[in-house]
Amino acid sequence: MSQKLVEVENLKKYYPVTAGLLSRHVADVKAVDGVSFNIMERETLGLVGESGCGKSSLGRALLRLEEPTSGRVLYKGSDITTWNRRQLKEFRKEAQMIFQDPQSSLDPRMTIGDSIGEALLIHGVGTEKERLEKVAELLQRVGLEPEHAARYPHELSGGQKQRVGIARALAVNPKLVVADEPVSALDVSVQAQILNLIMDLQHELGLAYLFIAHDLAVIGHVSDRIAVMYLGQIVELAARKELFHHPLHPYTEALLSAVPVPDPHQKRKKTSLPGEVPSPVEPPPGCRFHTRCPRVMELCRQEPPVLRSREGGRLVSCHRYG
Amino acid sequence: MKNNHNILEIKHLKTYFFTRSGVVKAVDGVSFGLRKGESLCLVGESGCGKTATALSVLRLIDSPPGRIIDGEILYHDEDLLRCSGKRLRQIRGYGIAMIFQDPQSSLNPVFTVGDQIAEQIRLHLGLKRGPTVERTLHLMEQVGIPRARERMKDYPHQFSGGMRQRIMIAAALSCGPEVLIADEPTTALDTTIKEQILDIFQDLKQQREMSILFITHDLGTVAGIADRIVVMYGGRIAEVGTAFDIFDQPKHPYTHGLIKCLPDISARSDRLTPIPGMIPSLIDPPEGCIFSPRCERSMPVCNRKRPEEVVISGEHSVACHLYS
Repeated sequence: MSQKLVEVENLKKYYPVTAGLLSRHVADVKAVDGVSFNIMERETLGLVGESGCGKSSLGRALLRLEEPTSGRVLYKGSDITTWNRRQLKEFRKEAQMIFQDPQSSLDPRMTIGDSIGEALLIHGVGTEKERLEKVAELLQRVGLEPEHAARYPHELSGGQKQRVGIARALAVNPKLVVADEPVSALDVSVQAQILNLIMDLQHELGLAYLFIAHDLAVIGHVSDRIAVMYLGQIVELAARKELFHHPLHPYTEALLSAVPVPDPHQKRKKTSLPGEVPSPVEPPPGCRFHTRCPRVMELCRQEPPVLRSREGGRLVSCHRYG
Repeated sequence: MKNNHNILEIKHLKTYFFTRSGVVKAVDGVSFGLRKGESLCLVGESGCGKTATALSVLRLIDSPPGRIIDGEILYHDEDLLRCSGKRLRQIRGYGIAMIFQDPQSSLNPVFTVGDQIAEQIRLHLGLKRGPTVERTLHLMEQVGIPRARERMKDYPHQFSGGMRQRIMIAAALSCGPEVLIADEPTTALDTTIKEQILDIFQDLKQQREMSILFITHDLGTVAGIADRIVVMYGGRIAEVGTAFDIFDQPKHPYTHGLIKCLPDISARSDRLTPIPGMIPSLIDPPEGCIFSPRCERSMPVCNRKRPEEVVISGEHSVACHLYS
């Protein structure tokens, strides 16, 4: 049985909304509002949700790239929210991030080799010669040539840049990688290459991923377990197969039915989900999904449901399931 | 594939961009027709020339650097590339309308959305104030904007992305066009909102018998709404056929690859089957088939000669040496 690598407990990340000349604090954007889950060693936990549901904020707060408002994040049993700078620097060797837009996450004035090698330099890994060797090895590992080290970002295609982003994350031999929409900026033919690479690296290096995406088809392809987020909260968490074959939460159901089926023989069904995601500044009372839920009950408007365990270790937050 | 019912026919279109680093052959000899009441999907990855094709239809290519250097665009047998500016403006309103990927940047932030929809009605139909307002309201309700009477006085920033796209659709429909060109209309939207917008398109087609040219990179979306599909690659047409032809019996290795590399939600297969290599530069494309460097079934002839369009059956045709 694999060990828990990360335990997230009631994590919250609020962004203040200010108004007026004195930037009075008037409200909070509750981007992440009380989220708890675990990531096991060597597993991929998929995190899916629509824009503004807080999935990226969650990823960043989990690595303390942004300070969480409250809650705990245990990495190998120790709470990283209490760690100081020195400890955090050590943590950065263990936990890395791959960003959505490889264009803006690479410095245009640094060569690819320098961008990848910088992480090694900061953490004082090896001599200069060893670092160059390591960069060449990393480039090959992600499917590029060692010669690419001398190139600049603008000389590479989108897919190649994302490979560089991955190589840079892997430079310090991390155990945990948060991948925030790593393929959504890529064309489909290239997207498949990068997804394969991400999965191969997991097998070879024993990585655990928190894989964040809005595309359920992509999430389904890479994940062992999947968490569905809506308005700052997890509404359902289950193993990939169970989630796809037996979605419990009405939102998961709607997301699943919205995945386009590449088969013209299947007639398009009209969507069951009216309306739009409400504002995270003032989320609806009761269940946050009740304003759009096709199966809303009276109770849903008044009382927020709790994320409860169901059989098979899956979790769902919906009044229909008690 | 000659057909007399084509409302819009694009013939041998060539649109090039003359940049400092060379001539980009964005659209390099593209021909296809759009029939009455059909939804035709133009599918391809970034840089395949699908948007340049769509913009060329209404002569919206920025010039310089772009220029339509050859071809004809026949709308009811009238060549749009050679008609007067005045005539073109008429056609842009009630003949052919277009909506774009990013509704944010296609709406003017300093006018209310009602004004922006009404502007077209006033301009093209010359209605009085009262009927214009009524028509605007009706359009907004038709595309599913709640509380339309209040909301027509709101500005674009007060709407969400999905609502803005609905407003763009309302504006495009305002003069009852025969043809709607939609360039990636759902790409910037969230999954559930995207479905809602696709529902509108489906209704439009059924209720108004409108011809829709739907441009997208997402083959999955296309399956549910397309009658026919045109697959583009590197500024050229790779394959044309009905949705069934394309998905059931793809002929071109690129179409094959596109379908096979889609992640399948019903099974976590260990690996996807990607298309190797990357999208080619359209400056100095190779002499032969532009897909041949990435093609697994490439033959010597592919590097020498550009493949001609070969009819496979009925409406299905492909540009590939495997079938010539």
